[in-house]
Amino acid sequence: MIRLTDVYKQYENGTKALKGVRLEIADGDFVFLVGRSGSGKSTIVKLITGEIQATAGRLMVNGYNLRDISQKQIPLMRRTLGVVFQDFRLIEKKTVSENLEVVMRAVGATPKEIQRRIPYILGLVDLSEKGHRYPNQLSGGEQQRVAIARALANNPSVIIADEPTGNLDPARSLEIMSLLVKINSMGTTVLVVTHERELVNRFDKRVVAIENGRIISDAAGGYYNNGR
Amino acid sequence: MGDNQFWYHFKDGFRSIFAHGLMSFASVCMILACLLIMGSFSLVAVNLNHMFRELEDENQFLAYVDENYDDQSARALQPRLEGISNVASVTFVSRSEAMANFKETLEGRQDLFRDAPDSVLRDRFIIHVVDIEAMSETVEQVEQVTGIADIQASLEVADGFLMIRNVAGGVAIILVAMLVLVSVFIISNTIKIATFTRREEIAVLRMCGASNWFIRWPFLVEGVLLGLVGAVLAYLAEWGIYGLIQRAMENSGILSIITTVPFSQLAYIVMLVFLVVGFAIGAGGSALAIRKFLKV
Repeated sequence: MIRLTDVYKQYENGTKALKGVRLEIADGDFVFLVGRSGSGKSTIVKLITGEIQATAGRLMVNGYNLRDISQKQIPLMRRTLGVVFQDFRLIEKKTVSENLEVVMRAVGATPKEIQRRIPYILGLVDLSEKGHRYPNQLSGGEQQRVAIARALANNPSVIIADEPTGNLDPARSLEIMSLLVKINSMGTTVLVVTHERELVNRFDKRVVAIENGRIISDAAGGYYNNGR
Repeated sequence: MGDNQFWYHFKDGFRSIFAHGLMSFASVCMILACLLIMGSFSLVAVNLNHMFRELEDENQFLAYVDENYDDQSARALQPRLEGISNVASVTFVSRSEAMANFKETLEGRQDLFRDAPDSVLRDRFIIHVVDIEAMSETVEQVEQVTGIADIQASLEVADGFLMIRNVAGGVAIILVAMLVLVSVFIISNTIKIATFTRREEIAVLRMCGASNWFIRWPFLVEGVLLGLVGAVLAYLAEWGIYGLIQRAMENSGILSIITTVPFSQLAYIVMLVFLVVGFAIGAGGSALAIRKFLKV
């Protein structure tokens, strides 16, 4: 569960990125966070992942209070999250399976667990036959599916996808979004940050819109109106 | 960290060495140079000490007794001389013994001094010291003893050896300190390049909750491996150079009288010191380089 209560964020250069944001994402939710560039979407993601600290307000992520969290607890909090980036960020010198293995090893998974889980996750993202391939031998859509598989590797309770379709064509974008919906249907909370209106509107999901650091609408089964 | 995890990091660090081979090569060369210079100066110091110990077997000087003292009075000075600190032994040589010894050195020309009375020579003490470094002080103390008229001591030789040993030691310390710093800097830069080329990977690992140690291990392995490879190469080079110099000294005329310590006697300690220093430089350089990448 993620809860932001009256969160403010002002950067050192004086930019006020968030101005009293209130947002609650319950376990099992699927949420689109939409808004124009510079509206504050990325700041919310960075706050949730512990990359930056809020200037004021209260922030709870999967039971961790991020206003009081110690440096040692941040890795533990991050193990409850899976992050998917727009540019995939796969390790080029490792195969698909090795990309998944490294993040599992990073949290102390045993070789047995790794051997059991990797084929399962690759099956989930429909890449069972491509575990031995290197990222540069895959298409953009496949690479993003590997990134999603990697985010799922440690069985997180929340997946945060930051512009996951930004580098993909419409057909691949729809495929990736459908995969995230499928993951959500299996019980994982999903937060998708995007500004792709048509794609959002194809799914009947909760849409939270942000503008100038303020939440301007939050509607279940919402619709992304680019004009607001 | 389990065996499995260790080998995982080991393989990762090992592969990384070849990913930026030129910098790795530069690092190994720097460590090799550092250890070779450190080792060479240390071995020079060890050999000077060895020569010094041989010299100390001859660490004696003569104290002549006042001519007005008769045999009994001269002998009576012995306990006072033995009581001086740093004096190892005192041997009394009477005038007649001194004359007999002197004549023995003339080899067939003893006739020249056949009629010379013993009284032309003085009673004397042969004094051995414990520590040759403190010989000057001991000579001064002996001179203070009433009844001792004169001293014959080769202080210049002792002082010369001391100076060479101290200079070699001092130069070695300064050079080693400088080279260690340069080596740490180069290793640190090598690891910085490694961390820079892998910054995306580090960012992903941090984002998925990897501990700082999980991120740190491959880079530490890489640095330590470079340090140890440099140490082994430096050891082999030192061994070869030492042997060459030894053989050259044995074959040369004047220098062949100098006895050196065989490398086999020093091999284990040289290897150990090289490995420890190589390890420390590698680990220290890596730790310095990855600090900033471990910030949350």
